[in-house]
Amino acid sequence: MGEKVLLEVHGLRTSFFTDDGEIPAVDGVDFFIREGEVLGIVGESGCGKSVTSLSIMGLLPKGIGKVVGGEILFKGENLVEASERRMKQIRGNEIAMIFQEPMTSLNPLFTIGNQLVEAIRIHTKIGKKEARARAAEMLKLVGLPRAAQLLDEYPHQLSGGMRQRVMIAMAMLCRPALLIADEPTTALDVTIQAQILALMKQLNQTFGTAVMMITHDLGVVAELCDRVIVMYAGQIVEEGSVRDIFRNPKHPYTIGLIRSIPDIRGKKERLYSIPGQVPKPGAIRRGCRFADRCEWVVDRCRHEDPLLYETSEQGHRARCFLALEREGLVDERAAARSERA
Amino acid sequence: MLSYVVRRVLMVIPVLFGMSLVVFFMIRAIPGNPAQVILGQKATKEAVAALTHKLGLDQPWYVQYVKYIGGLLHGDLGESIRTGAPIAEEIWPYLAATIELSLAAMLIAVIIGVNAGIISAWFQNSWFDYIAMVLALIGVSMPIFWLGLMEQWLFSIQLDWLPTSGREDVRNPIEPITHLYLVDTLLSGNTDQFWQVVQHLVLPSMALATIPMAIIARMTRSSMLEVMKSDYIRTARAKGLSMFWVVYKHSLKNAIIPVLTVIGLQTGLLLGGAILTETIFSWPGIGRYIYDAIGYRDYPVIQSGILIIATIFIFINLIVDLLYAIIDPRIKYN
Ligand SMILES: Nc1ncnc2c1ncn2[C@@H]1O[C@H](COP(=O)(O)OP(=O)(O)OP(=O)(O)O)[C@@H](O)[C@H]1O
Ligand code: SF4
Ligand SMILES: [Mg+2]
Repeated sequence: MGEKVLLEVHGLRTSFFTDDGEIPAVDGVDFFIREGEVLGIVGESGCGKSVTSLSIMGLLPKGIGKVVGGEILFKGENLVEASERRMKQIRGNEIAMIFQEPMTSLNPLFTIGNQLVEAIRIHTKIGKKEARARAAEMLKLVGLPRAAQLLDEYPHQLSGGMRQRVMIAMAMLCRPALLIADEPTTALDVTIQAQILALMKQLNQTFGTAVMMITHDLGVVAELCDRVIVMYAGQIVEEGSVRDIFRNPKHPYTIGLIRSIPDIRGKKERLYSIPGQVPKPGAIRRGCRFADRCEWVVDRCRHEDPLLYETSEQGHRARCFLALEREGLVDERAAARSERA
Repeated sequence: MLSYVVRRVLMVIPVLFGMSLVVFFMIRAIPGNPAQVILGQKATKEAVAALTHKLGLDQPWYVQYVKYIGGLLHGDLGESIRTGAPIAEEIWPYLAATIELSLAAMLIAVIIGVNAGIISAWFQNSWFDYIAMVLALIGVSMPIFWLGLMEQWLFSIQLDWLPTSGREDVRNPIEPITHLYLVDTLLSGNTDQFWQVVQHLVLPSMALATIPMAIIARMTRSSMLEVMKSDYIRTARAKGLSMFWVVYKHSLKNAIIPVLTVIGLQTGLLLGGAILTETIFSWPGIGRYIYDAIGYRDYPVIQSGILIIATIFIFINLIVDLLYAIIDPRIKYN
């Protein structure tokens, strides 16, 4: 992992403009990814994880979704202001993306080979034969057997796990500096999940590709990531190294998420889940957005917007008054509660 | 793939049989003795009996049917009562005229309709989309005879750009080879006549193309909009592919599948002979041929005409099904 920053997002705000008015899906998000780093982005459904990644790729639904503020600096270049022509050069070449649904993410009417060769030849001026050879090589690299044959097969002839490997191969073809993976294992069964995660870790180490790993599963974060960002209702509520976040979570939402990780050994305990639901974007105009679900809510939380405060640990920040005022106390409280329970 | 094609082609055989049976009984279900109807009320008993015998109508129906099928298998469609000529020979020039006109109309309808649908979907809610879809809405409900008359009035009478009617210039008649005049004039290398044929085709084919074009444009648009929401289109975009290729390669191939059905159906309808258009433009097509036969109570012609049109319908269906299999690899395996 290098020290150089690859991607810097400052004050990103992305809205959808629908018949119901403006929906602020991402509402002031700041983060960065270093070269070769694996950054996890976690949060429940609807927190704005996918919208953040689509904003980076410039792939928001046309005419509806729009970046309304902030900047996205990739190698120093602001992608928010980049032309579509420039974005086409970047997509798939410098920033690649894989998605949640391997079953539907490949075009059913074209062979695997056609879709891989296309991905190479958009960005590299090489012949079809050479591109095919490179595609076959990449299929081997992602652990697919009989690569040469696979090139002539159609997506429906492959299992979900195989298709996700093909997607990963496609994403890695041009050796991108950043790979955005939007819940790449959610749709797969557990053993395949573990294999795909191991593959991504391996590719990250072999090629030095930075990975932005979007997931709602903290288990995946623990497995794969260096740092983690926790998102809630379009904002970042906590940020830190994986080690700090697991050992010493500051934000009540993060604490809740950690408590809801299923224990692999313990079958007896009922699975904890945070009560309530993520508020709709724009629903809460004042105060902490987590207040309605927070066990430690105080008066101030409802009137004032908490900021992303620095903590005593380096690079560990949390958006919570409690974390600000009672550094270190959060853990004891949580411990006390779980003892009582 | 091959086994699918063979299976699909073999499936046509029972359909053709069934259809021939339906047509056979349909004609015989017309009330009254055809011989009597043909000869009129004042005909003598002997004359009616003679014609009944000549038409083979005095035999039991299964004998008639076997004879009729036997004839069909040898390419024998019987003889026209009116002209006494073998129908198989007589019908072809009319059929050729209709085929030429229908294919010209469908070519226009598909090229313009599909592209208008694609661009409307690509630039959804743009002025192009609005105008194209309003035109398509008008197009589907357009009375074609009225459109044909307006075309004639504007382009032939007022502007004198194109001939009003017919297939050829009567002062410079075409020597028929295949009876498809575009082909014939090319074969004989007569470019002047070729352009004449094209000019004669323009107005009737534009009139005939209107409704299919409008239907195809609307269908293509909605199918494209559906496809463009799918995950694999997002993947194609994420690769860095330009919108042009996303639209014309990845989206179109998927979106065209339901449109093919419509194209097949509309082609079948046009080949069935658009009587109104053929009448307005004095186009000597199959529609007019059958229509005239009805006037003369020429039952063998009516029967054969319907049979041929139905057969064409079945074969277009077959072609559409085979196209599906070529486009969609998933079909072959289930
Ligand atoms: N096409 C859209 N039109 C309108 N609003 C949208 C659209 N896509 C997303 N949103 C809004 O943005 C919010 C965030 O969506 P996003 O897809 O980023 O969530 P997510 O964190 O990725 O959730 P998930 O875990 O379900 O993928 C949603 O709550 C929704 O209100
Ligand atoms: S700011 Fe208040 S309501 Fe929000 S998480 Fe912290 S303690 Fe809970
Ligand atoms: Mg998502």
